[in-house]
Amino acid sequence: MGMTIGEKIIARAAGVDQVKPGDIHTVTLDRMMSNDGTTHLTVDMYHNKLKHPRIADPEKVVFIMDHNVPADSAKTAAAHRKMRDFARENNIKLYEGQGVCHQIMMEDYVCPGELIFGADSHTTTYGALGAFGTGVGCTDFLYAMVTGQSWVMVPETIRFNLHGKLREGVYPRDLILTIIGDIGANGANYKIMEFAGDGEHAMSINDRFVLCNLTVEAGAKAGICEPDEKVVEYCREHGREVVHMFKSDEDAVYAAVYDYDLDKIEPVCVRPDFVDNFALLSDVKKEKVAIDEAFVGSCNNGRIDEMRQAAAVLKGRKVSPKVRMLIAPASQAVYLQALEEGLITIFMEAGAMVMNTNCSVCWGACQGVIGENEVLITTGTRNFKGRSGAPSSKVYMANAAVCAASAVAGYICGPEDL
Amino acid sequence: MKEFTGKVWVLGDDIDTDIIIPTEYLALPTIDDMKQYGFYPLRPELPGLIQEGDIIVAGKNFGCGSSREQAPEIIKALKVSCVIAKSYARIFFRNSINNGLLLIENDQIQDAVKEGDTLTVRVGEALVAGDKEYPIASLPDNLMEILNAGGLVRAMQRRNGILKED
Repeated sequence: MGMTIGEKIIARAAGVDQVKPGDIHTVTLDRMMSNDGTTHLTVDMYHNKLKHPRIADPEKVVFIMDHNVPADSAKTAAAHRKMRDFARENNIKLYEGQGVCHQIMMEDYVCPGELIFGADSHTTTYGALGAFGTGVGCTDFLYAMVTGQSWVMVPETIRFNLHGKLREGVYPRDLILTIIGDIGANGANYKIMEFAGDGEHAMSINDRFVLCNLTVEAGAKAGICEPDEKVVEYCREHGREVVHMFKSDEDAVYAAVYDYDLDKIEPVCVRPDFVDNFALLSDVKKEKVAIDEAFVGSCNNGRIDEMRQAAAVLKGRKVSPKVRMLIAPASQAVYLQALEEGLITIFMEAGAMVMNTNCSVCWGACQGVIGENEVLITTGTRNFKGRSGAPSSKVYMANAAVCAASAVAGYICGPEDL
Repeated sequence: MKEFTGKVWVLGDDIDTDIIIPTEYLALPTIDDMKQYGFYPLRPELPGLIQEGDIIVAGKNFGCGSSREQAPEIIKALKVSCVIAKSYARIFFRNSINNGLLLIENDQIQDAVKEGDTLTVRVGEALVAGDKEYPIASLPDNLMEILNAGGLVRAMQRRNGILKED
């Protein structure tokens, strides 16, 4: 029986020739990533619960501080200290302030065909390079770090064939939010979302990050783009040679197959408080929803492409005096490139606040927290009730150009309305 | 097979992890400090009302959102005996088993009970509400082993003895 990309990756990690959905396998992990959202809990368990603790292979473990960076309180500083000390004592590579965890992983580690656990739900991002990345809690992470292994149930795969090209002013974020709206917030629960077709291969690696990153918002265990020469090139540019590059077999079995014509996708503006509360921007903008804050950044939308999208709108314009606009590049590499291209100057001249590289507004605890009844438009990953601040606040999700345009207008609109 | 009875609290669909424990309280030092903020954006009164052995009943996609393991830990710290939902998000499901929190999947009970009702759970067999019974599936053996041990760390402890006794 043919296998999908995800099934082939699990088979390789399990050391078997064939797997099928529903099988439970013990797998050896290629890499494990934990961030400052939960690492202190893992460290506590390691010290307090294990009798003869050791880490199976420190080379495979990466710690990244990005959720509360730099520390915003004495409590956070204590949690960071714990993480920093543990990394030093155990020869674990630690990143502090260099970027959002998934962006760093893509730039420095991920290779196609790998099975990677991350103690963060958006670990699904790694499928952009043809890897199987999945989010776990800190107990699963601890087990994986100590044994080098874990167990996985082989998920079913849903195939998305993408055709054609997105129109100008429409971005991969609009596509994935449309797909989530179509299948629902649990439409891919426990499953793999696999993207292929000429439309997928025409997309840049950056665009594929955006797709795979948000698959978890449909409940997916992993989101995987069929890898191609662009993946080989990306890895080579970042100093890595590709070893495995899996494609699904012709006779692979899917739980469902969907076809999307990319030129039919329109700009989206998801309403509060659920990621599948889909709406077209053309409908929402009729309501002239006043906003208090706009954010461009996060592991979904903080790369150079989105910086350029925001800058194209903000160039020569001013953010409305009624709005705070925060922009957080997803990594130092992105930040430096934005500086070189003059984008940071454009942001500052427009009156936006340019933040250090971190999760920022999307995490709802460190920067740009919104108050009672305030409205945020964001390129972040979620719009749950209270996700970015007070329970009564409201979060709308749109692409970077729409967030920038709304910041200028003071209400939700597209760049064409300025 | 284990059997228990508890009072029911009824929640809706898509109860996400930011509702179960909002981000701003994650920096508190312990789960006991955090548990008073459980379900804060939706039902801030719940932690004060939930009593030991109560049961949470909900709709589809319970626990969607982030991988924060504090979510099942807080439900456990509130001494809820189990959650019964139409479906669960996968990371929450795994985290719950790993922390010894029993999750039951059933798509009828949410519509059949109202808040304050009592419900009897016969684990792996059925839910009993009034004079009606609703069959439930049992979990695979490897997951029951983890659950019965009280979580993944304790299951490891039992299995190979490399872990400290509590």
